[in-house]
Formats: sequence, structure tokens, C-alpha cells
Amino acid sequence: MIVRGDERMLVQGITGRQGTFWTERMQAYGSCIVAGVNPKRAGETHCGVPVYASARDAAAQGDIDVSVLFIPPLAVRDAALDAIEAGVKKLVILTEHIPVQDVMYFLSAARASGTRVLGPNTAGLVTPGECFAGFMPAFSESIFRPGDIGVISRSGSLGTLICLNLVQAGHGESAFIGIGGDPIIGTTTRDALEALDADERTRAVVMVGEIGGAMEEDAAEYAAGMSKPVVAFIAGRASPPGKKMGHAGAIVMGDQGTYASKRDALERAGVRVLDTPSDVGGAISELV
Amino acid sequence: MNIHEYQAKGILAAFNVPVARGAVAFSPEEAVAAAQSLDGPVWVVKAQIHAGGRGKGRFKETDAGGGGGVRIVKSIEAVGENAAQMLGKILVTHQTGPEGKTVKRIYVEQGSGIARELYLSCLVDRASSRVAFICSTEGGMDIETVAAETPEKILTLTIDPATGYMPHHGRSIAFALGLSGDQVKQCVRLIGNLYRAMLAKDMSLLEINPLVVTDAGDLLVLDAKVNFDSNALYRHPDVQELRDLDEEDPTEVQASEYDLNYIKLDGDIGCMVNGAGLAMATMDIIKLYGSEPANFLDVGGGASKEQVMNAFKILLSDPKVEGILVNIFGGIMRCDIIAEGIVAAAREMAIEAPLVVRLEGTNVELGKKILAESGLAIIPADNLADAAEKIVAQVKGGA
Repeated sequence: MIVRGDERMLVQGITGRQGTFWTERMQAYGSCIVAGVNPKRAGETHCGVPVYASARDAAAQGDIDVSVLFIPPLAVRDAALDAIEAGVKKLVILTEHIPVQDVMYFLSAARASGTRVLGPNTAGLVTPGECFAGFMPAFSESIFRPGDIGVISRSGSLGTLICLNLVQAGHGESAFIGIGGDPIIGTTTRDALEALDADERTRAVVMVGEIGGAMEEDAAEYAAGMSKPVVAFIAGRASPPGKKMGHAGAIVMGDQGTYASKRDALERAGVRVLDTPSDVGGAISELV
Repeated sequence: MNIHEYQAKGILAAFNVPVARGAVAFSPEEAVAAAQSLDGPVWVVKAQIHAGGRGKGRFKETDAGGGGGVRIVKSIEAVGENAAQMLGKILVTHQTGPEGKTVKRIYVEQGSGIARELYLSCLVDRASSRVAFICSTEGGMDIETVAAETPEKILTLTIDPATGYMPHHGRSIAFALGLSGDQVKQCVRLIGNLYRAMLAKDMSLLEINPLVVTDAGDLLVLDAKVNFDSNALYRHPDVQELRDLDEEDPTEVQASEYDLNYIKLDGDIGCMVNGAGLAMATMDIIKLYGSEPANFLDVGGGASKEQVMNAFKILLSDPKVEGILVNIFGGIMRCDIIAEGIVAAAREMAIEAPLVVRLEGTNVELGKKILAESGLAIIPADNLADAAEKIVAQVKGGA
């Protein structure tokens, strides 16, 4: 999923502390925020935009392309279904610690209606120079600068570090897609890779993966047929099996989700796998 | 969150899942009383720890009797003897690690005649974003082994959360398991009840290994392992009460009370990092430079002085830690504020171990200046590789 500066955005949970703080930053950066949602504050104006009782009410005033959810875990299912039923095309779900049954439930509804979902448990996405959605330091020019490298990351912190290293090496980003650290997410590594492959501005892709699940292996299958170069860093080489390494999705179970399996699949697909995040700038410089 | 077998069976029984009658015991006397309340002539005495492979496990102590953690006995006296042998002893299985786990609870169950052993589990399937049932005719074996050696013996079936469970799911599983006649009906009911339990209690894993066909031809859950989605515990106070802190690492429990994400490992370099992905990458690079991380620790987004102090407390409670690497990437946070927190915490706690700090982000120069002018022996680092190299050199040089 890539978001452009002219896409009409809704912020669900706009009046909260985090919602307000990040809405102001998204607006200052160029994100086109047209409305917010808080059922108790409908009719008010907040951050310069009208507040509605629901996503459905907001969409009745004009189509919504993207909704960003600053919503506590137990209320996300309701808010996401509201947005899906309102016809919102893309959801960015930042919240961590959503019960996994809730996630499976709204993802099933999203699939049925053709809604795309980024997250949960993501810091969001950035289109440098245009807009961002989430809580990313998009405005930091040492990290995000318009360019032609697409970045996909399961981790906000590590993905941001990769972007810093890219900019330090003289590169810039076409798009940063934080897909999220949960075991069940709406946009997989492969989905994001396909989006960047189709994106005209992207010349090369950096994939930041981690242990757990099989998303990197699945993405490797697609990468094998790509003409754009892909490099990867996979976190968790030193992590023990059977433990959730902070992210609910970062867990090796039996022989599933290991570092070796991911590295092997990516290298067989012709993807260069880096030993440290610091190697990314040099690796990209060699390729583009 | 994990629970014991007897607790899992208690929950399943409430969903009309067939389990053998049994009772938990914390002493040999209670075990005898439990056996007396059950029908003979065979009883099963089962050690309750949060790890699989108990039957094939071995006790560390020589006076724990010859058997493993699951023993079949034929008299009430033998129930008491075996409970006495197991309680308070350390059971080592392929899932506990070499240190094993102390047995503090025993489950006494009525014995069952077994005609066939089958495998059945229900889990959150990452690939399909659905609940999946996995079944196999190879009961009693690790499903990973079956998947590797005879994958054709495994059936995986996913359930659409929107439409839910249908009898055809249960019939497909019954046929895959080679069941017939009334057993098919029992299986259709069983799978429906398990799916209901999985959703109603927000389980992340429900593994029945083995599910058995008894001598009488009925389905019976012989062993059950249940994990719960920790993100959903707030809506299940009854499940929260089943938590057994004896089964968890005390430092990890303490860390969770501080709202820190900490996992203890075996190395000697303590790490404090913000962000889970970055914390993993920090551990990886320590290993790449020839040492081992002592832990995973994500201080989260805030990294206030209090949080940094709590994190230092947790790190230093591990006697193996000989050096600390702090890696904070303040994309959003200001490095000067983080630096002040680190300096205040290090000073107040009089940290003696070598401390390498790598800061990056907003106001990084100011942050570095605060560290340099603190008068403390904090070693600054410019990037992640530099930081790892410095702490590894410090710890190896000092040893």
C-alpha cells in the first residue's frame, strides 16, 4: 500500500492525545486530512477539520480514501468495521495488542469488501515529500528524503534506522511501508513488494523482515521474478525459539519462521541479505 | 499465557468436550483422596508443568522413581507413592531445557482403555488469517515430526471467521482420521465445541495430543494444551486467575510489571533498546561481533528516567551481565532527554559495568554532549556496529 498526497484521509480517534499530536504533524507534512471521528464529539471542529460520530457519517460528506486509526485495542474491531462499511478504501491500523480473533474478524470483512488494510501494530507509512499516515518521523530530513528506494518493514524502529542509513549514503525513499509486527496483518511483505514493484518511482527495494511466520519466504517467491533489485535485512538471528521477541509475530515455532529459512529463501531468489542494518547504504549504492 | 493440562481440561469440559474424570493434587494425601473419588482399576498420575513431552521426560532426582512425568498405576496406594516421588522434583523434557521444571501439582485421572491415538489441534493460522484445525492419524507424535516425515497424513482445514464452523468441517476431519459410524457424529460435535471454546476464550492454541478412540469406541481427549492470546485476557478474568507465576521467569514477571518487554537469555552483554525490531537487531550484532546477548529488552517509546532506571534494575539483576549496551534511536524522541535519563539512572544506581551508549535521532549532538559531560564512564558510540564492537571489546578485555 502506498498513499499519495492527494488521497483524502480520515482520522478515527482524532481528538485523543496521540490522535491530535499526530494529526497536526500529518497535516503540517502535507497529508490531506479531511475529517475525524469521535462519537462523543460529533459536530465539533478539531485540528481544523469536522468531527463526525462515525466513519459512515464522514464518508457521507465525501469519499474517504484512507482512514488512520488512533484507537485503543478493544475498540479497533468496531472502528475498522465502521470504516469498511463506510466504503473507505485503505485502513492504516496502528494499534498494538489487539486480540487476534478481532483482527481475523475485521480482515475477513475487509477482504470481502475489497478494503486494503495496513497493520495492525504498525507505525504507518511515509511517502517522502508528499504525506504520511501514522506516527512516523517523516519530517526528519536525516531519515526521509524523496528518492527512489522503496522500504518495507515489519518493525517501525528498525525500518526507520534503515531509512536513516539510506539517507546517510545519499539515497532517498520513494515510499516507506510499515506492515506491522503482529502475526496476522492485512498487508503482507509480498503485498508491499508487489506495490513497490508496480510503483514507477521505485528503482530498488529494501525489505526489513524478522523471525516468525513465512512472509519473507512468500515474498522471496515474488522477488525471484522481479527486475528491480531487492536487498533484505532479517532481524532475530540471535533470538531463541519459542519466545515472542517483543512483537507478537516474532516467534520461531518448531522449525517454522527461523532466520535460516528466510535467509535461504531470499538468497535463492537472488535477494542480497545483509548482516547488519549499517550495510544497507553501500549495498544499495552498488545496485542503483 | 499458558495453563496446566488439568485447567485446560476443566475449560474444555465446560464446552461439552469429552475428557476423562480427574482431580488436581498438591500433596500425596490429596492425590490419594483424588484417586478415591475416581473409578479404578487404573489411574494415571500426571505431573503438571507448562511443558510438553512429560511422558517421555525424566526426573533429575534418583528418588523420583523410575518413570517419567506420566505414570499408569493399578492401586490407590501406588497413586500416593508416585505422587510423593514426583512432587517437588525436577522434571526434564525436550521442551523444558536441561534445567527442567519443578513439579508442584499432580493431576490424577481415571485410566482409559485406548484403541487408537489421533492428533488434533486448533490454532491461529498466520498464512490464511483464520483459525485452522490440523489433524493426523499419528497421535502421540510431535506434529512437526509427522509434517516432516509423512506430510500426507496431515489434514489442515481453515474456518472463515465470518461464516464460522459447519458440520462439513467436522465430517472432513472425521474421515481424515478414519472414523466411522457414531464416531463421525461425535467428531462433528467435538470440532464444533472446540471451535466455540477457541473463540469464546480467545485461545491462540488448543492442542489435543492424543485424542483417543477408547475401547468402547468413543472419542476422548487424553491430553490437552491450551495457550491464550495475552492481548485478550482483559475480557477473561476467569482465565487470568489460572495464571501460575511459578511457571514463569521471575525477572520477566517483574519486567512486565514495569511495562518493559524483557526476555532473559544466556549471554553476558545486557541490552537496552527502544523498539522490538531494533532490539532483535542489536542482539544479532552483538553475536556477529563474537559475544552473546544476555537479554532482549524493549524500553518502548518513552524511555523516561524512570523507565531507564527500571530497565537497568532488570538488566543488573542477572549476575551474568558484565557489560551493558544501550541503543536508542530517537526518530520521534529527543536524544537530549534520553541522555539525561540515562545519566541520571546510571548515577543514581552507581553502575560499575562498562556502559556503551549509542544515540541517534533528534538533538543527537546535544545528547552526546550530555553523556560526555556527565563525568560518568559512559562510552559513546556512533552507530550500531561501533557500539557492538566497543561493548564486546570491553567485556572480553575485562574478563
